[in-house]
Amino acid sequence: MNKPIRTVSIFCLLLFLALAVNATYLQYYHANALDDRTDNGRVATATFSRERGAIMVGGTAIAESVPTKDQYKYQRVYHKPFLYAPITGWYTFGNETGMERAQNSFLSGEDDSLFVNRLVDLVNGSSTKGGNVLLTIDPAAQKAAYDGLRKLGADVQGAVVALQPNTGKILAMVSLPTYDPNKLADHDFKKANAYASKLSKMKSQPLLNRAIQTTLAPGSTFKVVTASAAVGTGRYNANTLMPAGDTYTLPQSHSVVHNDVLSGCSNSKIPLIQALEFSCNTAFAPLAVKVGASAMHQQAEGFGFNQRYLDSDQLPGQAVSQYPAGEDAPGTALSGFGQDSVTATPLQMAMVTAGIANHGVVMKPYLVDSQQSPTSFETLKQFPSTQLSQATSSSTASEITRMMVATVQSGTATPAAIPGIQVAGKTGTAQSGLTNPDGSEVPPYAWFIGFAPAQSPKVAVAVMLQHVDQPTDEIHGGTLGGPIAKAVMEAVLNPHG
Amino acid sequence: MAQPSGALMHFVHRRRRGAELFLLILALLVGVGAYAAVGLGVKGKVPADIVSYGGWLAVLIITAHIAVRMVAPYADPVLLPIVAALNGLGLAVIHRIDLARDHNLARQQLIWMTIGVVLFVGTLVLLRDHRVLQRFTYTSGLAAIVLLLLPMAPGIGKTVNGARIWIHLGSMSFQPGEVAKVLLVVTFAGYLVLHRDALALAGRRVAMIDLPRGRDLGPILAMWVVSLGILVFQHDLGSSLLFFGLFLIMLYVATERAGWLVVGATLFVVGSYLTYLFIAHVRERFQLFSDVWAHYGPGTDDLGRQSVETMFGMAWGGLIGRGLGQGAPWRIPFAESDFIFGAIGEELGLTGSIAVILLYGLIVERALRAALISRDDIGKLLATGLGGALAIQVFVVVGGVTHLIPLTGLTTPFLSYGGSSLVANWVIVAILLRISDAARRPLPDLSTPDDADMESTQVVKLQ
Repeated sequence: MNKPIRTVSIFCLLLFLALAVNATYLQYYHANALDDRTDNGRVATATFSRERGAIMVGGTAIAESVPTKDQYKYQRVYHKPFLYAPITGWYTFGNETGMERAQNSFLSGEDDSLFVNRLVDLVNGSSTKGGNVLLTIDPAAQKAAYDGLRKLGADVQGAVVALQPNTGKILAMVSLPTYDPNKLADHDFKKANAYASKLSKMKSQPLLNRAIQTTLAPGSTFKVVTASAAVGTGRYNANTLMPAGDTYTLPQSHSVVHNDVLSGCSNSKIPLIQALEFSCNTAFAPLAVKVGASAMHQQAEGFGFNQRYLDSDQLPGQAVSQYPAGEDAPGTALSGFGQDSVTATPLQMAMVTAGIANHGVVMKPYLVDSQQSPTSFETLKQFPSTQLSQATSSSTASEITRMMVATVQSGTATPAAIPGIQVAGKTGTAQSGLTNPDGSEVPPYAWFIGFAPAQSPKVAVAVMLQHVDQPTDEIHGGTLGGPIAKAVMEAVLNPHG
Repeated sequence: MAQPSGALMHFVHRRRRGAELFLLILALLVGVGAYAAVGLGVKGKVPADIVSYGGWLAVLIITAHIAVRMVAPYADPVLLPIVAALNGLGLAVIHRIDLARDHNLARQQLIWMTIGVVLFVGTLVLLRDHRVLQRFTYTSGLAAIVLLLLPMAPGIGKTVNGARIWIHLGSMSFQPGEVAKVLLVVTFAGYLVLHRDALALAGRRVAMIDLPRGRDLGPILAMWVVSLGILVFQHDLGSSLLFFGLFLIMLYVATERAGWLVVGATLFVVGSYLTYLFIAHVRERFQLFSDVWAHYGPGTDDLGRQSVETMFGMAWGGLIGRGLGQGAPWRIPFAESDFIFGAIGEELGLTGSIAVILLYGLIVERALRAALISRDDIGKLLATGLGGALAIQVFVVVGGVTHLIPLTGLTTPFLSYGGSSLVANWVIVAILLRISDAARRPLPDLSTPDDADMESTQVVKLQ
């Protein structure tokens, strides 16, 4: 009987071998795939129970994990929640938004760059800690932008973006209305969900980061792009005389374009600099047609239109600003002053003005300055500034700068003037083209873009006001947006007040 | 019986009881250490009852050791320590689930272990010669069938989780299948010892394989029907597989004819197909196995939760595990019983899983070794049957839990919470030790060494 017993032992050996191989497969080869499944509650809970890294602005944490006594061990806490909510987003079980999502793997400690830390934690028996993320935000500029928007009333809808022109660093990013991420990160998920659904039902869309997610007609601020395209052809400079007047009839159409500003545009021929100063639609509409649809399109794309430039590890959900290719003549005419099919985010318009400020070079915008080790606080990764495109030549940029400075000195943008500093700016008041359910027209959007100091720019700003609780004829980019842009620029230029 | 070689005849096994004691102390360290680690992992401190718990475990283990020393001095020295280690580890893991779920099954399991050890000692003391078991061939067969039928009896039988394999007497609940397993091995061994020649010698040769005669197919067909019956009426896929596989192995060993394996495999395939076609319960299990992800999570019937959570847990454990008390094994339904292997995989990692698989492998290896060196047919068959049963059971339950094969309900020997299983397995170990003691014991010196004829006569007489 011993021969079959030996055969049986080989059979049993195979059975156990199969078990061992299968266990190895599950716990080693296939383990990562199983861990990465979104329906893996175990990993989700463990990640959620981890000490997540902080999001830092100017040396202080705006989001951090503090120990709690409940089963998840750490509670995400947002300091100055309303001010920074559009940037930080929020972090809750199984969901994260904004920066919490963009830098999730680093904040949670899963990132490969934290491998050594994880190993040390494993050996020490301590639990894994996530790394800190340092933002490019200038807290003074952020606060100035927020306060400026808030001053316009309780139910203002708008956004401000400030960029460092030569690097692309985002110095301020504010969106109103805002929300309290602390309530969304509450471990009482029922309460948090109730708050979330309340927010998502609100008409004013507080969860929207208008700075990067809302595209609206940029109105007259887009004239900077039109002027750049015109000067870029080599046929125009600031003093080139061009047709203007009180009205302009669109090609192939009977539609008539008027000016918002009553003085300064009426002459039949005016220099380009004056057209920009007084924001003459009747000058820029034919100018765009003359420059041509393809040159306009090319110029817009040079500044970043039709592109996604905000990487997903910086902030998710950037909307693409639109300048369609192959516009017909009336469309091109309307696009000359930022109407019709042209739409832009506040970030996009900040990039336009930053590109002019940076001698025609548009830098890729970024929000994460560096990643820091959770234990030694040493910098593990410094995010580099990279060039997105050369939008205009340096000489074109300085010609446009000259005109924008004049616009602040004597044109529509005077509210942004800072004593002792040359400021370049451009206003915009864009027709929404929408009607309310009651048949009345939706009030226009007010825009302001600018940078300072004009000769060695440190900050470029875009202000967008989608809705302000004021009568339609009170809504002007210069009067509403100018002071906000001024405050943000001052905050960057005079850091000590 | 194969003729032992001359060298084997002169080889005298050492008792090795000291080695056993040393290994038992290691096993005790595993059990008590794991218990302490659970306390540290969950609550940050060593459990308050560590001394009384460890003391009790030590008393049980030392009692078993003394019994072996006294009544089975030549028994295999490795079996008892392995079993003690597995039992201790199982207790610690059950305690760990207790802490998460706020019940106290570990204490109950310790009581069952105590009963198990008492029966272990009792078996060793009362069963001085395993050949006696041959007398109970038909008695134990009858008892096994009665036990298997008991859950079907109205009043005491109870359906738990879809399988009708439990009986309830007052507050006591009992899974008679576990005891029936031991009785069936005894029955098969006794029957096959008597009929092996008839089953082995007659037959036809078809395509290089010796096939048995039609009239000899009776027993295996009967066993096939019994297995199918368990499956059909009790919905117990695991036991059905176990009993059939067990019988097949013993039949093959007794007759030394591979033809029986062909017949058995054919019956297995036919049976599997028929049950798949006609029994919803079996079909359900197969479908669950083939696409478990479709049965997990909100919006599904969630029947795959235990499999998926086990896989997640084992993956989460990785190579070295989360550490005792630091995983989330409470996410696995039945983590203290059928799915205890998943809890071990999560908290002790691949290292722990492989260690447990190796320990089971070693038990089977020691059982089959006892079978090889046993001097009598009934001993060989008993040891092969008990070892083979353990191998099949471990494969079916661990393979099911780790998603290697469709999930069937069986307990993990010595680890799972459950009295009937634990007690039955301790008795199995006692019988194995008894067989190995007889096999390793030096032959009584009744012959002069140079008289080869006398010697073989003696061997025959032993039967």
